[in-house]
Amino acid sequence: MTSVNTTTKEMEFGENFTLNFGPQHPSAHGVLRLVLELDGEVVERADPHIGLLHRGTEKLLENKTYIQGLPYFDRLDYVSMMCQEHVYCLSVEKLLKIQVPERGSYIRVMFSEITRLMNHLLWLGTHALDVGAMSVFLYAFRDREVCFDFYEAVSGARMHANYFRPGGVAKDLPEGLTKTILEFTDAMKKRIDEYEGLLSENRIWKQRTVGVGIATAERAMSYGFSGPMLRGSGIAWDIRKAEPYEVYDKVKFDVPIGKNGDCYDRYLVRMEEMRQSIRIIEQCIEKLPEGPVKVQNFKISPPGRDDMKSSMEALIHHFKYFTEGFHVPKGEVYAAVEAPKGEMGVYLVSEGGSKPYRVKVRAPGFAHLQGFEMMTKGHMLADVTTVIGTQDIVFGEIDR
Amino acid sequence: MTHIDKMHDGSALLRVKEAVENKFKDGILDAVYVNRELTLTVRKRDLLKVLKYLRDDRRFMFKCLMDICGVDWLGKRDERFDVVYHMLSVHKNMRVRVKVSAGEDEAVPSACELFDAANWFEREAYDMFGIPFENHPDLRRILLDYGFDGFPLRKDFPLVGKVEVYYDEDEKRVAYKKVDMPQEFRRFDEQSPWEAMTGNANLADDPNTFSEEEFKS
Repeated sequence: MTSVNTTTKEMEFGENFTLNFGPQHPSAHGVLRLVLELDGEVVERADPHIGLLHRGTEKLLENKTYIQGLPYFDRLDYVSMMCQEHVYCLSVEKLLKIQVPERGSYIRVMFSEITRLMNHLLWLGTHALDVGAMSVFLYAFRDREVCFDFYEAVSGARMHANYFRPGGVAKDLPEGLTKTILEFTDAMKKRIDEYEGLLSENRIWKQRTVGVGIATAERAMSYGFSGPMLRGSGIAWDIRKAEPYEVYDKVKFDVPIGKNGDCYDRYLVRMEEMRQSIRIIEQCIEKLPEGPVKVQNFKISPPGRDDMKSSMEALIHHFKYFTEGFHVPKGEVYAAVEAPKGEMGVYLVSEGGSKPYRVKVRAPGFAHLQGFEMMTKGHMLADVTTVIGTQDIVFGEIDR
Repeated sequence: MTHIDKMHDGSALLRVKEAVENKFKDGILDAVYVNRELTLTVRKRDLLKVLKYLRDDRRFMFKCLMDICGVDWLGKRDERFDVVYHMLSVHKNMRVRVKVSAGEDEAVPSACELFDAANWFEREAYDMFGIPFENHPDLRRILLDYGFDGFPLRKDFPLVGKVEVYYDEDEKRVAYKKVDMPQEFRRFDEQSPWEAMTGNANLADDPNTFSEEEFKS
């Protein structure tokens, strides 16, 4: 009799159940392997196993010249490409002590914000899909496609653009692009309202996100959160405002913050960020000055094709730029930008010469995923996917 | 007129420097303010005290530890590794870099008790450089494969690695074998012997290498 009782008891309150989530789970956003310890359906412990997408970017960068290393940054966070290029360019420029011409700066800011739109559209679509809303995904991807066209127009590549270069951007904007971008942002304003109409007051959406994955302000800071993850917890911190790089101090925009630090607040923060991005893009187009788009010192930026046909000097510079590369003075520097996911930083150590001595990429997702256990503890198994979605995880940058 | 100028003025950071130097005296081996960034090199046994002081002092409030990384100075210095901590104060809008050096197999005190963020960053530094962290609660490899041999970001680790994976048809699983390069690894040494291209410290003062007119002629 007693033994029967124990068995039932064990079945009801028995030992915890360990579940292997991923790495091939559709809502794992790539290659996340989670070892979850469950008590019934409640998450007791979550141990993310990462590194399945590790490509040794930092080691490779040490063996490439500064311009050869640039395309690797596209492939870190492969849904917000130009923001990664941006931070690398900034770090190199800081060491070189060069200033990007104003037109170049405006173009950079404009494309950083287009990138933010792209990233948030992907985040919105996949996050909603994970939680169970199918249609948002299709709408968001339709708009994201248009942003890819802008990438293609300036760089020839739809995703891995390699467009920002130390000293400016690779090429000037093609004719008529600003007009197309304005048409898109006009349409986008209404569409963001539509998407909010689909979700913000949606009963299921709110049940799945309100009060889920709460990160208090204190916790968020201790875990090194940044970007919307920090702002969702009520901390008004935005590198674009705090340490305005490029021309962010010349454009007007607001920094939305959340209150409760739950998934719903972070959703609202990101939606508002998209509106602000549109605002910035429009201001950039309005203020876009004439002039060069990259530094006119041809030791650190390649001379134009037509100049090479007539000037021996230009030909030599071109050759040296693409073979040996430029030399960066000895020193160390940390540059950070407000990437769509949070603080993307590069710690660059140069020992002189044309290759970096050490590059450390500080990826926002790495710190966010570390807080995963803190955010999911005590939640249901179904909320795990919600938290993965709200963290906006991309493995390219976490695994590097 | 570099874009570094646009950032906050450095007076706040110089105050941090002064305060830390007064408080720890010998513990701070070096404090430099370059490129509008403050770098404190501290002695290993004072590391946690310095981090805690920076975090808790009301004047600084460096509550976010944004990054920890290792740097390998093989052959350039006696103490082989640097461990670099980047701290951020969202309250005062400041950043500070704290550095500590360690010899090979020399443990560095773990900052996990002070910052939750330190856990994974230290695991990564251990994974990549083999720097052990004292009192770390869970010092496992993080990015590399379970059972990986070696520390890839060390300067003496070959770029192509030591082993590669392949699919073993007989055993029906992915297995390791020694790296076999069909072609010798080509190392390009593009370093120019020309003086003109190497000494470019004054690039910032030099807006254009040659004039537009010369170009067009």
